[in-house]
Amino acid sequence: MSSTDTIRASSATLLAAKPSKKPKNMGQIIRWLILFAGGILMIMPIVYMISTSLKWPHEVYNINLIPEEPTLDNYSYVLEDGRFYGWFANSLLIATLTTISNLLFDSLVGYTLCKFKFPGRTLVFIAILSTLMIPTEMLVIPWYLMSQQFGWLDSYWGIIFPGLMTGFGTFLMKQFFESVPDDFIEAARIDGLNELQIWWTVAMPLVKPALAALAIFVFLGNWTAFLWPLIVTNSVEMYTIPVGLSGFGDEVDVAWELIMTGAAISTIPTLIVFLIFQRFIIRGVVMAGLKG
Amino acid sequence: MSFYRNLSIKQKQIVWAWMFLAIPVLFYGVIRFYPTGNAILISFQNWNLLGARTWAGLENYEKLIADPVFWKVFKNTFIYLLLGTPVSLVISFIIAYHLDKLRFMHGFLRMLYFLPFMTSAVAMAWVWRWFYQDVPIGLFNNFLAGFGIPQFEFLNSTTNALPSVLAPAVWAGLGFQIIIFMAGIRAIPTTYYEAARIDGVGWWTILTQITIPLLRPTIVFIVVFSSIGFLRIFDHVFNMTTNNPGGPLNATKPLVLMIYDTAFNSFDMGYASAQTVVLFMILLIVSLIQLRLLRSK
Repeated sequence: MSSTDTIRASSATLLAAKPSKKPKNMGQIIRWLILFAGGILMIMPIVYMISTSLKWPHEVYNINLIPEEPTLDNYSYVLEDGRFYGWFANSLLIATLTTISNLLFDSLVGYTLCKFKFPGRTLVFIAILSTLMIPTEMLVIPWYLMSQQFGWLDSYWGIIFPGLMTGFGTFLMKQFFESVPDDFIEAARIDGLNELQIWWTVAMPLVKPALAALAIFVFLGNWTAFLWPLIVTNSVEMYTIPVGLSGFGDEVDVAWELIMTGAAISTIPTLIVFLIFQRFIIRGVVMAGLKG
Repeated sequence: MSFYRNLSIKQKQIVWAWMFLAIPVLFYGVIRFYPTGNAILISFQNWNLLGARTWAGLENYEKLIADPVFWKVFKNTFIYLLLGTPVSLVISFIIAYHLDKLRFMHGFLRMLYFLPFMTSAVAMAWVWRWFYQDVPIGLFNNFLAGFGIPQFEFLNSTTNALPSVLAPAVWAGLGFQIIIFMAGIRAIPTTYYEAARIDGVGWWTILTQITIPLLRPTIVFIVVFSSIGFLRIFDHVFNMTTNNPGGPLNATKPLVLMIYDTAFNSFDMGYASAQTVVLFMILLIVSLIQLRLLRSK
């Protein structure tokens, strides 16, 4: 059987076998109900976090999900001194800059390794690939010493510099540039575009889905990063959201409604972004996970 | 410029390639490879950040082998791995397997399971820490009390603390593993299932003879990926035990927390670097063993 026949046959059966929109039999209904219950259980920690952030202190120890008298008091208390705004801005800035840097450099390197023939190509590729095996935890001590030496401690640059490029991103982009036909690049060359223009105007638009997937991973990773920002920052003003939240939790100790409010403030923005771009993000995560 | 014009197309390509790679190569050299070498070098030295760096030979490694805390931490790290990886693998496969068979509100259900992956470990560690508190504070114990079950010690017990800290880490990772599994299941050609259906084979045989064997690459990826994550666990432990990091009595302390403590609380850089080298070796060996075991056959 030729390959087209296989495709045709399997797509035909796929269409035929596609279950209808409604669950047909008892088995499917039970399966759906169990998975639905499991799904609700999965989001319970998030739901309880938000619910408790809306409760008055005396109600925190009740297990009811809906607050008796919902209040935004905790939010105004937590946001009052402005520290959370600062941490929020820091995290946003750091995650954005790191994402931009990764999109540019990882794709440029991935593109070069994929589409150029030059001496040293295999060596550079293997070297970058091998950095995937080096755990961050092994590098934090030398990075700290480096930052100390150059005065990068407690600065934005200090938080950002280790993540400006990643082997993971480079490898991911290289995989996706394989799908860009060489003919397109050849044609652009004949049209008189230089290599930088070809990369930017011809190749990059063709790998937009991959760039989006990489952006999601890098942004989320830096938004939630904890160990390195914890090490490199000293002053409260330089903290990122996770570092600030960690210290805040210790500071208010047993005021759980305030801790839940801080946790909610750091979580809700990513959840909103996720809910808006849900399909797109899940597709990106699958893509990055499988190709990377 | 005239020099550039006289080059052949091939030579021009070489010039462009190295122009594009100049900054990245510098970056990987200075920010990845040099620090790696430096970490290994420091592991053979004594250094408390203030004084001079002195040669220590194998002293730090000898100290590590003689340190009972290290062996406790070593054991903890592997318990995180040996509990976390299989549990999350089995749960995520079961959910993905059944979720794949549903069309009704499929996207909504998938969203519910995936949502925790979008949260930050620090925030959720604090939420779960509250869940684990004693009566009348903690949610779990309040639930248990509602059924008349006596209080359960989570974070204060030397035996229960580690699984309690692990639970939110497993929880947060499930969503990712589920969608990777579902993508793997979707990629299996339907012709296999048709053949099985024609032969009148039961679902269990289909599952064990077709689905799981064909999912091998997906399983390899998830096992290696999640193992690395559990061996490097830190955020959850640190935030759930800030009053006594890694406690009680080092019962939850993983290797990364020991590294952090040694380097940034005791400032014993040589000793901490030796620990990072050990972590590196563990990650390397575990990944290689898993790839060897799962790829072959």
